[in-house]
Amino acid sequence: MNPNNYLVLAGILFTIGAFGVLVRRNAIIVFMSVEMMLNAANLAFVAASHITGTLDGQTAAFFVMVVAAAEVVVGLAIIVAIFRTRRSASIDEASLLKH
Amino acid sequence: MNGEVVIFWITAVFAVIGAVGMVVSRKAVHSALWVAFAMINLAVLYFSLGGPFLGTTQIVVYTGAVMMLFLFVLMIVGVDSSDSLIETIKGQRLVGTILAFAFGALLTSAITTTGFRAVGVSAANDTSGGNIQGLAQLIFGRYLLAFEVTSALLITAALGAMVLAHHERWAPRKTQAELQRLRTLSGHPTPMPSPGVLALHNSVDTPALLADGTPSQESLPRIFRAVDQSTESTNNEVNS
Repeated sequence: MNPNNYLVLAGILFTIGAFGVLVRRNAIIVFMSVEMMLNAANLAFVAASHITGTLDGQTAAFFVMVVAAAEVVVGLAIIVAIFRTRRSASIDEASLLKH
Repeated sequence: MNGEVVIFWITAVFAVIGAVGMVVSRKAVHSALWVAFAMINLAVLYFSLGGPFLGTTQIVVYTGAVMMLFLFVLMIVGVDSSDSLIETIKGQRLVGTILAFAFGALLTSAITTTGFRAVGVSAANDTSGGNIQGLAQLIFGRYLLAFEVTSALLITAALGAMVLAHHERWAPRKTQAELQRLRTLSGHPTPMPSPGVLALHNSVDTPALLADGTPSQESLPRIFRAVDQSTESTNNEVNS
């Protein structure tokens, strides 16, 4: 099968994730969209490994997973901290730095 | 049609359905479930691409740990937190849709112009004695420094999460004597009635029936009492 199919699927998933980041307001759903974009990048890495016949792409995907796990922990802690003071998980409310 | 093609088309369609479901769901819990669904399909794709280790890690780390963490935070923030439909920036939704479509078209057209031919990782897997052995040779060999830096990143992230999620107690904890005094002064010194007493069901969200047949709201845990009032106070009650 043409390996471009995998890359196109990764592109579509990345686009859907970017769309979610642009359009949704709930901070948690925005965060899930970021996760979806990271997953799309992972799929592209694994597909690249499949194309080149080396395992370097899979290693890169492994490191992306580790970084994504760390990022989720810190990001969700920030969401909880903002929710505690603001009583809201909407990203439009967190505009204190603007004023 | 070989197995790889069949697996690709099934999982690709499901993964896209999951991703679209995540974006269009009103409630965050539904979004989380759709994301988990899409991630499991991606794990199946990793298996078919010759990466059993990554497929397993995807299921364990993403659908297991990351999505569980999301669900925990959703429980803290309030499961009912759905989006407001008011646009703070005018036309943001329309412009976002147009930009996303343009970006997707750009990516797809750029990818389809390339002429990659797949070699497949089975040869690389076999030369090192298996997928996990091959990955281990790379991680603990060529990418050892990155792996060590990763440990520093994980420790920093754990510490950061603890610092961010920690909050100081504003008032000192009430002693047992103070609690007893408050209870005596509240006018209801006896224990509250248990939920479900003499009622149709004995679940915790069913109020007990009083002697005259009226339900007693005092028998409910205060979280359920708050749910009846409004969703706004639910969030406050859950977090206080």
